[in-house]
Amino acid sequence: MNDIFEGLVSAVWLVISLDPELIEISVRSLQVTLGALVVSCAIALPLGTFLAIRRFRYRRLTISVLNALMGLPPVVVGLVVYILLSRSGPFGVMGLLFTPTAMVIAQVIIITPLIASITHQAMRELWAEYHDLLISLNTSQRQRIKTLVWDGRRNLLTAALAGFGRGIGEVGAIMIVGGNIDHATRVLTTAIALETGKGDFSLALALGFVLIALAIGVNICIHWLSRTEQEGRW
Amino acid sequence: MTTILPLTLQDVWVRRRGKRLIGPVSTTLSGDGITIIVGPNGSGKTTLLKVMHGVARISDGAVNWAVPHSEAQHHQGYVFQTPIMLRRSVADNLRYPLQLRGMKKDEIERRMADWAQKTGLQDHLEISATRLSGGEKQRLALGRALIRRPEVLFLDEPCANLDGASTRDIEALLTEARDAGTRIIMTTHNIGQAKRLADDAIFMLHGAIKENGLAEAFFETPQSTELKAFFRGDIIA
Amino acid sequence: MMTRVLGAVAAVFLASTAVAEDIKLAVTTSFDNSGLSDVLLPVIKEDLGLDVQLLVVGTGQALRLGQAGDVDAILVHSRAAEEAFVAEGYGTHRREIMYNDFVFIGPQSDPAGIGVATSAANALQLIGATEPAFVSRGDDSGTHKKELSLWSTAGLDAGGFGDWYREVGAGMGASLNTAAGLNAYILADRASWLNFGNKADLALLFAGDPALFNQYAYLPVNPERHGHVRNDLAIQLEEWLVSPRAAELINGYTINGETLFTFNATPE
Repeated sequence: MNDIFEGLVSAVWLVISLDPELIEISVRSLQVTLGALVVSCAIALPLGTFLAIRRFRYRRLTISVLNALMGLPPVVVGLVVYILLSRSGPFGVMGLLFTPTAMVIAQVIIITPLIASITHQAMRELWAEYHDLLISLNTSQRQRIKTLVWDGRRNLLTAALAGFGRGIGEVGAIMIVGGNIDHATRVLTTAIALETGKGDFSLALALGFVLIALAIGVNICIHWLSRTEQEGRW
Repeated sequence: MTTILPLTLQDVWVRRRGKRLIGPVSTTLSGDGITIIVGPNGSGKTTLLKVMHGVARISDGAVNWAVPHSEAQHHQGYVFQTPIMLRRSVADNLRYPLQLRGMKKDEIERRMADWAQKTGLQDHLEISATRLSGGEKQRLALGRALIRRPEVLFLDEPCANLDGASTRDIEALLTEARDAGTRIIMTTHNIGQAKRLADDAIFMLHGAIKENGLAEAFFETPQSTELKAFFRGDIIA
Repeated sequence: MMTRVLGAVAAVFLASTAVAEDIKLAVTTSFDNSGLSDVLLPVIKEDLGLDVQLLVVGTGQALRLGQAGDVDAILVHSRAAEEAFVAEGYGTHRREIMYNDFVFIGPQSDPAGIGVATSAANALQLIGATEPAFVSRGDDSGTHKKELSLWSTAGLDAGGFGDWYREVGAGMGASLNTAAGLNAYILADRASWLNFGNKADLALLFAGDPALFNQYAYLPVNPERHGHVRNDLAIQLEEWLVSPRAAELINGYTINGETLFTFNATPE
């Protein structure tokens, strides 16, 4: 218990004193996960919507595979990406290993199935509701996707935040592909792993509390931004 | 302006999973006015309506407009029995069909305000459409269907779930629309409503047209025993 | 010797005018956990304009990284593996930099009584006889290999031990954490032990046997194997690591007044 209390105090002190190392790794944590989130959403939101409204041959199989991919163990993803990006691997020439880009790649692979699955579920329900109307109005495929995405935006936001949550707390994959290099690829989660490994529990806890606060802060921020519309409009 | 009418159905059959829903159906719709389709539940009224509107696949026969189908699609409107509201404000619901067309912003606003007035929803513009009462929703659905000034308007039992006051409002809007030149084709199971609105009528039974004709003759002097029974209020199995 | 020193000094002056360059160096957890890297890296940046990106992994993984060409040089402490690395053509050569020693850590109460052991082998025999909780790195690292070689010198087969022998497959710090939690014996390098923050009930029980000598060596990755590695920077770093400047910093690095490493690089 004493460790936890000390950790809390250290956390507050680190934040108040604007510890430069803390700021550096926090910013990097956000850069990596938010970067991965943007890329993942660009893939997953249209994909999930498309799966909800379009009938094609292997649709059921695709949906099952997508749902199954949510269970991909992050550390395995990290290992596979590492092997692919290693100099001795197929994409070694790109020199991406041990860079933040590699970390973004690994996180995109991990969170895209999650966002796509939730999107698909939400869009499927909405499509069932709008189906007759949108067909009657002769909407094109593109117009349908636009309408569903806009009207379902609250659920899509939840999907995105779920992806963010999964990414910001992830440590296995980004440790392997990033290498936890000081001033280059160290982020909050890998720093916590490092300090724990050194036995410096109070610093590790302090970083942990900062991470929790950051994750909650981003969630609150996004919810607040989306509520600047009038009451009842959403 | 070229009209999309007449609408011709030739020997149309609709089968689903081996069951015959409607068929054979042959009829022509043209001119002005309100056509009411009556018949007991399960007689195929809704299927017929959907076939006419082009949202139900036919198994045999032909459905033809005076112009190609793709063009005819743009000049029709459809109102469902249970109104489908977009999860948006009343104003946005009205704007939606016009935005699909890529209409200019000020024109959209003008028409939206106009129809909000006509449907009596001008004080509810910023409310979420899902929060309206049943009658208000159906008025909105009707306004939304008419806002594109379609030549033909289909309605599937629009007042089935509404109270008397709302029904009266809807009927007033329909007669106005008819007077403004919209051809209306509507199903109902309410004989009183049919009598009030119809210029001509069709009686559907067991998936086929049993009898049809101008309103006065149809309601005053029905020819078939089934239609007479239907007017009496008998159950026709 | 003089030419080497002059060469190093010249390199320092020439390099410090350049834009900061990156070099990837794989080092063992025991090296990083000692805290020495935190002392050396800023000085290297100042003197050479070189940003040393440290990948802190076990010796086994460091060697793999060198083989794959994912790093420019490695710093490890497992002589046999290093010589094989060079022999197989993955590294250009092996350069000794410094040494420290391994120590036996265990619960203060010392149930196996190794505090009075006569040698490292003897200490392990005592442990083998008492079978108290013992944590092994188990990760093919330099420390792990050392531990296994000591067991075989003691005439015991580590593969046949019972539940009391816990292989954790983790780095030095993490393994010490586990030992602290289990109140177990563990073989650690002195530097990591002194810098470790969670000692709990553990204490240093036995040290001093020459068999516990721990040599660190620097191996540049062979540019003929992997054309993209910055061999030029790797050599620059090597020159610095064997320079008097490095010697001063390494020998001067203490924790609570105790020296951790002894510089022993020689001119070639």
